[in-house]
Amino acid sequence: MRILEGEGVSKHFGGLAALSNVDFHVDAGEIVGLIGPNGAGKTTLFNLVSAALTTKQGVIKFKGRKITGLKPHQICRMGLARTFQSVKIFGNMPALTNVYIGSLFGIPAGTPSAYAAKGAEELLEFVGLSASKVTPAKDLTLVNQKRVEVARALATKPELLLLDELMAGLNPTEVAQAMELVTKIRDRGITVFVIEHVMKAIMGVCDRIIVLHHGEKIAEGTPQEIANNRAVVEVYLGE
Amino acid sequence: MNSVASIVLNRSFQLGLLAVILIALATLPLHYQGYNIVRLLNIFMFVVLTVSWVIFSGSTGYMSLASAAFFGVGIYTSALLGDKLPIAVVVGIGALVSSCVAFLVGALTLRLRGIYFAIFTFGLVELIKHLTLWWEINMEDRRGRLVVYVENDIIFWVMLSILVATLLTAYFIRRSKWGLALQSIGENEEAAAHMGINVTLVKVITFAVSALFVGASGAIIATRWTYIDPGIAFNPLYSFMPVLMAIFGGMGRLLGPVIGAIAFTYLKEELGTEFPELYMLIFGIILIVAILYMPNGLVGLIQRLWIRGFRRQDADT
Amino acid sequence: MVEFLNIFIGGLILGGIYALIAVGLSLQYGVARVLNISHGEFIMVGAFLTWAMYTFWGLNPLASLAIVGPAIFVVGFVLHRTLFTRLRTSSASPAAYEGGSLIATFGLMFIIQNLAIITWGTDIEAYSFLNTGVSIFGARFAANRLTMLLFAAGICVVFYLFLARTRLGKAIRAAAQDPETAGMMGVNIKRVLALCFGLGALMAGLAGSLLSMCYPIRTTMGLEYTIIAIIVVVLGGMGSIVGSFIGGLILGMVGSIVLYIDPSLSLVAYYFIFILLLLVRPTGILGK
Repeated sequence: MRILEGEGVSKHFGGLAALSNVDFHVDAGEIVGLIGPNGAGKTTLFNLVSAALTTKQGVIKFKGRKITGLKPHQICRMGLARTFQSVKIFGNMPALTNVYIGSLFGIPAGTPSAYAAKGAEELLEFVGLSASKVTPAKDLTLVNQKRVEVARALATKPELLLLDELMAGLNPTEVAQAMELVTKIRDRGITVFVIEHVMKAIMGVCDRIIVLHHGEKIAEGTPQEIANNRAVVEVYLGE
Repeated sequence: MNSVASIVLNRSFQLGLLAVILIALATLPLHYQGYNIVRLLNIFMFVVLTVSWVIFSGSTGYMSLASAAFFGVGIYTSALLGDKLPIAVVVGIGALVSSCVAFLVGALTLRLRGIYFAIFTFGLVELIKHLTLWWEINMEDRRGRLVVYVENDIIFWVMLSILVATLLTAYFIRRSKWGLALQSIGENEEAAAHMGINVTLVKVITFAVSALFVGASGAIIATRWTYIDPGIAFNPLYSFMPVLMAIFGGMGRLLGPVIGAIAFTYLKEELGTEFPELYMLIFGIILIVAILYMPNGLVGLIQRLWIRGFRRQDADT
Repeated sequence: MVEFLNIFIGGLILGGIYALIAVGLSLQYGVARVLNISHGEFIMVGAFLTWAMYTFWGLNPLASLAIVGPAIFVVGFVLHRTLFTRLRTSSASPAAYEGGSLIATFGLMFIIQNLAIITWGTDIEAYSFLNTGVSIFGARFAANRLTMLLFAAGICVVFYLFLARTRLGKAIRAAAQDPETAGMMGVNIKRVLALCFGLGALMAGLAGSLLSMCYPIRTTMGLEYTIIAIIVVVLGGMGSIVGSFIGGLILGMVGSIVLYIDPSLSLVAYYFIFILLLLVRPTGILGK
């Protein structure tokens, strides 16, 4: 089943085409990678899907329903959560409160607060942060701030999670832990759509990969297919 | 921690103390007359203005300089309707009209961030002031209006009720889910939106709610001033003062803005009538000292000293 | 034709002084990141110093520019080196510094204005200087206003050349673009920022001196000029010095036209433009 699909999605900034006529889809239960050089339009695509930017050309559907034109909070409540390339945490709040806010507001009916608090603690433990519950999020290390973001996104009970460069700036051990985390998230029954620069990670964890270059989709397929795709190799090794 | 501190920090003790203060204040006009009542009235008014400002701006970080607009709308409601309707109704209408103005302004402008929002709201006050002035001079051939007379005791009780309503609202918003939403907007608005918070709705409604109290206090205080004109009603000082009082008192706790407003209004009452420029001069100096040396305001400073005091005591025993 | 000239040259006169005021504020906000609410108070102080020196010592107002300018520059420079530098280093983030410095300038506004009131009272003061009519193709203007325009334009041009041609000017422009990188390139950032704040104050002071030749002055006049400066800076695009210059001229023209139609509407028109602009294009005409 297609949980997310986009048809003819385009975005211009001024005269510059950040995305032109991109078709894509994500099936339920998959881990799909989105890769491409800097400026390829990856984050723009995420921003359009999550409504951080408005989609004026093309249609994006989530669970078969058209979501273009909706507001970010509506999309979140439909079950589509995201993290950010540059972390956007609630810095002065404790890590636990960050996650708590996700479960308090991210679910349509709203969660009774006691239940939400318990869920938040469980999620902090899930991302391996139960030791720093009360630490203000801004005092955490970068890798832990990213974990808070993941836990916070999970707290909104998503069916699809967009992870924007979860592994950028992490050391090899942390990358391995992050890869494990992504698999664990999928095992909870959540579909994952990831933007990643760390090739080893994306090849190891994704079922399918979409490659963007200059705002256009140049390839799509399994990690093996992508690794052997001439167009992709040219883009990455330089024309 | 010693026993005095544990009593002071006890919740039911605090509530009891509040009740006693409230009863004492409410019965005050029965014992006292004249100047002391008026002085308290001004203190109440500035606490209302300051706490209302903090309800919205303190948590979201949107620095509103629109208080004077809402205040002035309340004042003009009183001037226009004061002799036609009972005063309680007039105050209610003043509150509602201010709130509607805030709602409109909020819906139009809350996408402006940072310094732009501050100067927009400031410009708004001036625009309303000059439009009103122009209207009065050119359309009605007059400047200013008289406001209906209301007895001091009644003004006092109405203002006290507004004060209590403001404090209760601020208190419950702070402790509620809504308050958490506001705080998260202040921390990172984009993330808040992606966490399922309808940021526009939360901001606009909070802005409108905070304007209720400002409009109401304008409507009741106008009756004490007898005569008002656009320059008096839309004086930008009513936008600046709440901000400065809140920052001086500190916004980490509800008590901060209350203390800031009380301290400055008291100083104003002491110096303001005889040496107004000296008061404003001292005000400026204190403000700069506060911004340099007291990042969390007076209450933050006291808290720090308090904690340090306990540490020393613990070390001694 | 005469009417057109009246409005046009009247607009240039207003626009010239608005531009001078706004360029000063733009320098303080665009480079030093201080939205200076006390800007108008520096204008007021400049005006009163010139008035006082003329009335008590008989000093020519144009000669007093040479005293007022440097004196106010020093005040601005020292204020930045002490107050604002301290605030800047203790602020958690640039946004926190912008907020904190805004509040601090509120404090400065109260301090300067009330010191002035204590010294000079709140009466309206004026003196007569070059108060003769000059005819330009039939349109008549007071000589002092034309002098004001000439000097305002001259100061703006000199300042522009300073920014464009000198090493220090280039350092200022670099700091406006990106203070951190400029610092790494060997620009003494603390001194450049203080310099900008001082120069902004200097322009306010000079504008005040010039204004005092033409208009009655009061110790409470500052805020109105601050507001006009802010309107112009927003109109021109925050942080763009050329934008402030153009914005000043535009607002001056608008002011002149409205004055011709209905003088009581001029402030209403300014605020109206301001609010409309913020709603439609908050980045201003030259903003990014």
